[in-house]
Amino acid sequence: MRPPHEFSQKIPQKPSDIKRYLSILLFILLIYSAGKFTRFSVRDLIEGMNEGAGFLKELFFPPDWAYMRRLIDPMKETIQISIVGTFFGSIFAIPLAILSARNFLQKPLITGFFRNFLGLFRTIPSLVFAALFASVFGLGSFPGMMALVVFTSGLVAKLGFEAIESIDPGPVEALESCGASKLSILRYAIIPQILPQYLSFVLYSFEINIRASAVLGYVGAGGIANYYNRTLSFLQYDRAGSIVILTFVVVMALDLVSSRIRERLL
Amino acid sequence: MKMNIPKAPPIKKQTIFYAIVLIFVIVWGLSGINYKGIMASAGGTIRAMGRGILYPDIEYLTNMTIDGLPYAIVETLAIAIAGTFISGILSVPFALLASQNIVGKRVSRIGKFLITSIRVFPELILAIIFVKIVGPGAVAGVMALGIHSIGMLGKLFSESIESMDMGPVEALEASGASAVQKLFHAVIPTVMTDLMGFTLYRFEINTRAASTLGIVGAGGIGAPLIFSIGSRNWSRVSIIVITLIITVIIVDMISGSIRKRLQ
Repeated sequence: MRPPHEFSQKIPQKPSDIKRYLSILLFILLIYSAGKFTRFSVRDLIEGMNEGAGFLKELFFPPDWAYMRRLIDPMKETIQISIVGTFFGSIFAIPLAILSARNFLQKPLITGFFRNFLGLFRTIPSLVFAALFASVFGLGSFPGMMALVVFTSGLVAKLGFEAIESIDPGPVEALESCGASKLSILRYAIIPQILPQYLSFVLYSFEINIRASAVLGYVGAGGIANYYNRTLSFLQYDRAGSIVILTFVVVMALDLVSSRIRERLL
Repeated sequence: MKMNIPKAPPIKKQTIFYAIVLIFVIVWGLSGINYKGIMASAGGTIRAMGRGILYPDIEYLTNMTIDGLPYAIVETLAIAIAGTFISGILSVPFALLASQNIVGKRVSRIGKFLITSIRVFPELILAIIFVKIVGPGAVAGVMALGIHSIGMLGKLFSESIESMDMGPVEALEASGASAVQKLFHAVIPTVMTDLMGFTLYRFEINTRAASTLGIVGAGGIGAPLIFSIGSRNWSRVSIIVITLIITVIIVDMISGSIRKRLQ
């Protein structure tokens, strides 16, 4: 008689975890050394907590409400800089996006050049552009606007060419088969398809630009951030607190308006 | 054959109204831009900038001391890494608090409001505040990025939690698991890959942000950069900007390839 079959109790082995553990270890090491390098210590942070609470109290309890009135003009300038910067930037973005889209021109040399050009420009922070423009155009709102124009055209052009590349090719092919020129393909097949997306990209970059122009003044490029230097260096913390509060309210309100419009567009 | 070409639809009244509003907004905006013309010295400045780009300050690049460019770049990266790590951890509780399927509709509104309010502050303003709290240096930058990034990561995390498959959570619930067990054995493992991808994406943004924090004294390359722009030391500006561009491109490449592998 054959003995009854014994079921193997063996559980299949898990695949080796060494690679995973190694990458986790590498990760921890990287973060640890970053913390060491920046001299980050939780104890210092906790010890600084008291001082921090005191500073926050001086900022906001109470803020200098009377000072708000003098902040209205620079705040207006901040909003104006971001409106104009977004406007011109998104206009320049249109040709840049068209020239970078692979499926429109179909000349890899040109599209490649514009893509890399856009990528290069996007690596430079707008604050650096603002500082550079300020040394050419002088202090004021103009260099701030220019910095936002550069930033916005880079961002909207990138989002734009990605949108153009993902359109439905049907209308384009239909027009091509009738022998339509590139220009009429653009006008009747591409633009109608990406217009709502384009408008939402513009609003999105407006939301980013509002925040950016709220700090551009720090390098002399106009707007409200100029006043941080003025108040903090005179230790007028309650006044700095009112700048923070005003910025908060204005950015929040404009964000709300812009995201409402964006929701309706799509 | 008669051609029957349909007429283009008339332009809606609404569209005209919005266009007029838009024109007014832009004209109002333009009234705030005071163009004073190019400065008289601009020609010379631009020529000097050009010379700076042609002859970057190589000595600064090879200066291995604490005042050199390599140190400042490494410090910038360290700020970005540490700041991203902190925000990655801090974002999880905020995200949970903002997720409808975890805490219910009412509470999630509070969480969402908290995250939105954090996002409102530019990191530079947070950096100014932290410089006052912990003193000038890299730690202020780390904290500014760590807090500011919650605004974006918390939102992305909570969106990912809200759209996750609730099966594992229900399975654990059915076998009587506690809330903490559900969190660590169902919610977090399900969304972990998403969270890591978002955190890496934020790291790319933070590397760019960290390069400007130095302007307010929060460590990194920003301070030498703004200082050399101010003192019109263009050959130094150009070496800093070139190194910055290369660093950002390398960081983007590494982080992008890890993100691709995660999926």
